[in-house]
Amino acid sequence: MEIIPLGDSALVLRVRERFEDAPEETLNEVLRVFELLQRAAIPGVIELAPAYTSVAVFFDPITIAKASETPDDVFDWLASRIRGVVAAGADRRRKVRSRARNVEIAVCYDSQFAPDIDDVARHTQLPATEIVNLHTATEYRVACIGFVPGFPFLAGLPKSLATPRRGVPRKEIPPGSVGIGGAQTGIYPLRSPGGWNLIGRTPLKLFDPTKNPPTLLRPGDRVRFRAITRKEFATISEDPPK
Amino acid sequence: MNAVVTRAGFLTSVQDLGRTGLRQFGVPTSGALDSFALRVANLLVGNDEGAAGLEITLGGLQLRFQDERIVAWCGGEFEVQIGSRALPAGHVAHLQSGDELKFGRAQFGCRCWVAISGGIDVPVVLASRSTDLRANFGGFEGRPVRDGDQLSLGESRRPEPEATARISSWTAPHDWASPASSHPNLRFIRGVDWNRFNDVTIQRFTNQQFIVSPDSDRMGVRFDGPELNREDETDLVSEAVAPGTIQVPPSGKPILLLGDCQTIGGYPKIAYVITVDLGVAAQLRAGDHVRFSKVSLQDAHRVLLERERDLERFRVGLTLQRS
Repeated sequence: MEIIPLGDSALVLRVRERFEDAPEETLNEVLRVFELLQRAAIPGVIELAPAYTSVAVFFDPITIAKASETPDDVFDWLASRIRGVVAAGADRRRKVRSRARNVEIAVCYDSQFAPDIDDVARHTQLPATEIVNLHTATEYRVACIGFVPGFPFLAGLPKSLATPRRGVPRKEIPPGSVGIGGAQTGIYPLRSPGGWNLIGRTPLKLFDPTKNPPTLLRPGDRVRFRAITRKEFATISEDPPK
Repeated sequence: MNAVVTRAGFLTSVQDLGRTGLRQFGVPTSGALDSFALRVANLLVGNDEGAAGLEITLGGLQLRFQDERIVAWCGGEFEVQIGSRALPAGHVAHLQSGDELKFGRAQFGCRCWVAISGGIDVPVVLASRSTDLRANFGGFEGRPVRDGDQLSLGESRRPEPEATARISSWTAPHDWASPASSHPNLRFIRGVDWNRFNDVTIQRFTNQQFIVSPDSDRMGVRFDGPELNREDETDLVSEAVAPGTIQVPPSGKPILLLGDCQTIGGYPKIAYVITVDLGVAAQLRAGDHVRFSKVSLQDAHRVLLERERDLERFRVGLTLQRS
């Protein structure tokens, strides 16, 4: 475990070096550390953010200087507190329950919502129907949320579906668009630019600032896609699940 | 009571000290790009440090008041008028109903922060009044203010005339009120990927000047000038980035991330600008020449703690004047 400064008011705790080698195990370990630190409520720690192999810890150096009584060693004090929390947590590995939830996401793969499915078909040498079958037959995990609020980076895309990002990114992508970018799949929660290949669209709201937490998905969640018709898409859009 | 935006200027938005606690959901900090400037302006007008104010980019804002208010601003070099009276940075003015506060164009620097007694009373969305200009929520209807908008102001105690007179003579220290510089130098600490750049590139980064690109905004300052090429081509695993992070995309042109930056990134991080200098960074505008100089993490913390102690003394002084 490596602890590296991310500026003077944040640090990154690298739990593992690589992600792709063992995504499931790495993510579980990252979420376990995230959970332990969340519970530990170390003075001066403002917030935590997990991503792939790491947990970022944002802190207030002023509060820590006061708490530690060693203003010259804010970073070392915090790093040693973090090491202590993680080491103590190693003994009771089983007691930390996983935050992972199971979430199903309805996606309409109709050509109207899938402007890039032909490009993906060309690249993967698979017919569009097979792309949809593979995309819906897989369980994914949210490795991280970022890029824009609520955008889930989903790990677990079948290797046969991996398709490089588009050479020229789109300036505007409609909210709910489901895309493939390299070895990952994800969903655009907001109207935003983006370079992923769009193969479908969900009528679900991925980000809602009037709710807290504001996102449909959280890091670690297990996600499955369910193919729906255009009619179902319209029904869900009009009457979204609460 | 309201303040009426008679002219919105180039880009004016409601900001407070930003959002925390939501990075795990991909929600950026937002907030005043120079949070220290907003804190100082808020203290001058008798607000809580974290009250919502206005961030003005390149000037042009005009506000008409409908009741008595105290105002103060900090930031770049702007000419600010109340009628024929000038209001310099870091000074306090007592405005009457009907008065109009006018910001000219920035002579120098890029942004300023205005505090109004009572604060700007927009709804708290996800624990902050800051506007998220990319995701369009928070602040005033999730967008920059426009001509004709009515900004609702919070309750403000009617100031005692004597205390107001005493406070009018109080000003913020010059480098707090006007952090813009003609030769900006940004202090940084080494980034996690420092060693992925060879000596020549590191020399370039620390010895040469970088020019602020017009393609800069609240997400980040982009630089033209020397290119910083990486030694290795390893794909990095995406991890957290924060305001102050200097990342280097494949073009070799560095980007200094600011308050609206996304929460994660996969580009190598060559350096991090120290918190105390983020106020200088917030003043950079297209064409400015910037240098970077290295400090230790301990020094970054030391100057931050010093500034906080000075602010504490300033806060105590103001409280005594008001009582």
